[in-house]
Amino acid sequence: MGITELNRLIEPKDPKKLSIISFSGDFDKLVATFTLATGAAAVGYEVNIFFTFWGLNAVKQKQGRAFVGTGFLPKLFGFFMGGLRSAPVSRLNFCGISPKIFRYLMRKKNVATLEELVEAAKALEVNMYACEMAMHILGLQKSDFIHELKDVLGVATFLDISEGGRTLFI
Amino acid sequence: MSTVKLDITKEHCPMTFVKTKIALSKLQPGDILEVLLTEGEPLQNVPRSSKEQGYKVLEVSHVDGQVHKVLIEK
Repeated sequence: MGITELNRLIEPKDPKKLSIISFSGDFDKLVATFTLATGAAAVGYEVNIFFTFWGLNAVKQKQGRAFVGTGFLPKLFGFFMGGLRSAPVSRLNFCGISPKIFRYLMRKKNVATLEELVEAAKALEVNMYACEMAMHILGLQKSDFIHELKDVLGVATFLDISEGGRTLFI
Repeated sequence: MSTVKLDITKEHCPMTFVKTKIALSKLQPGDILEVLLTEGEPLQNVPRSSKEQGYKVLEVSHVDGQVHKVLIEK
């Protein structure tokens, strides 16, 4: 073992880094994602969120249902998926009534709503990235997303960015 | 040098930390943030995480009931 390799092994890794793969576009799972992300950023962590598949809906510029994407099928799919405001809950969605009930309860109980958490993530400069492959399938461009979305990445770059910290898949 | 007041007694996780962090980021070096918070997680962790991020915790004092005051210098 060379001295460089030994140094690399004994060098303390920076634990103050949290990377989240946001796969689910479900309301409740997005609340979990953004609660962890903002909480960690507020206590000094570097936070990265990699949005892929359904998770991409959370960072679309158009938050409601809209024909976003290039081509007939992606546009249609984009409409049915919608954005942050049309995210369903993962259980007992009741045709979209449950997210409205959750938003009401969160406001009533003075807990940050999903939209407030996303705004807090922007204010705390959480690094938000989109998955290049999922964007390609869904016919989405970087301009379809909020301008706080830092970059469009592939797996290799995400692994580089998340190295040395903790990674969660939500 | 100025003092800014922040009341997070009605907030819940993670907004207790989030509002403190955002308020601190808006201050100039030397300014003081006076935070009113409740016992439990906010009292345990707001002073600790502020220290860890290089801010100076000047005072932690009991105000009334479950409410405490923390003075943080940027």
